[in-house]
Amino acid sequence: MIASIEPTTTWYLILAALLFGIGSLGVMVRRNPLVLFMCVELMLNAVNLSFVAFAVKMGDIGGQTTVFFVLVVAAAEVVVGLGIIVSILRRRPGATTDDLDELRG
Amino acid sequence: MELVVFVIAAAMILVGAVGVIVRTHPVHCALSLILTLFGIAVLFIEENAQFLAAVQVIVYAGAIVVLFLFVIMLLGVDGVEDLRVEPFKIQRPLAAIVSVAIVGLVIAAAVSARNAFVAAPVISPQVAGAADAGAHDANIRALARDLFSNHVFTFELTSALLVIAVVGTVLLSRKIKAAP
Repeated sequence: MIASIEPTTTWYLILAALLFGIGSLGVMVRRNPLVLFMCVELMLNAVNLSFVAFAVKMGDIGGQTTVFFVLVVAAAEVVVGLGIIVSILRRRPGATTDDLDELRG
Repeated sequence: MELVVFVIAAAMILVGAVGVIVRTHPVHCALSLILTLFGIAVLFIEENAQFLAAVQVIVYAGAIVVLFLFVIMLLGVDGVEDLRVEPFKIQRPLAAIVSVAIVGLVIAAAVSARNAFVAAPVISPQVAGAADAGAHDANIRALARDLFSNHVFTFELTSALLVIAVVGTVLLSRKIKAAP
């Protein structure tokens, strides 16, 4: 009986919403720049999940193509972001995001 | 059966995600992130996106998390962060309210629109194209056809983006030699 229930698109969207919410909570609360980046990855993955759910629902492969591009952009973003973090932390070891207000106007 | 897979994968995803934001040690955060990414790969397979599942494991769980771990080890920032420190008194309640509001809004939208797009599951010609609908590699064929027919220019731009990212990172993280 239970095994006959199939997860619908709405289930995937709710799961993606929860994942996005957890990621955004992490971005707003955590202060380690590396963990901050991981939370951004969580949010990107939530969006990917809903893209694929919609691709299945609509029968349109374009959703999966978009996820492919999101993956590439996420990889580039992580590389550049970690480069910036490395160069900042090399100058100021143990810096948290509270310390990184040097560009403040 | 699909329900069981979904529930297990959802549990993996949520436990990993909560782990990322509550663990104090950055290495533990990265390992929790791997758990989440694997759960998402499982859901991709369940949704018949086999190629994306493979790419998810290789690129995310492989390359990106390893990059994170490398940076953690390289910089020696694997000290434990004290989560009880709260620089701005009202920050955490506000953050909790904002993210609960985001989740609530999205869930409300998804639930209220659950019957909105039932009517027309449009099977466009690219989707698992008529010729290879039942083939074992239908997904990757359909994806490749869409990618290289409708998105060729974007695909080429992606290569430019990757080159720019690599050059920029090398430039950023290069040690500047002191002038003689």
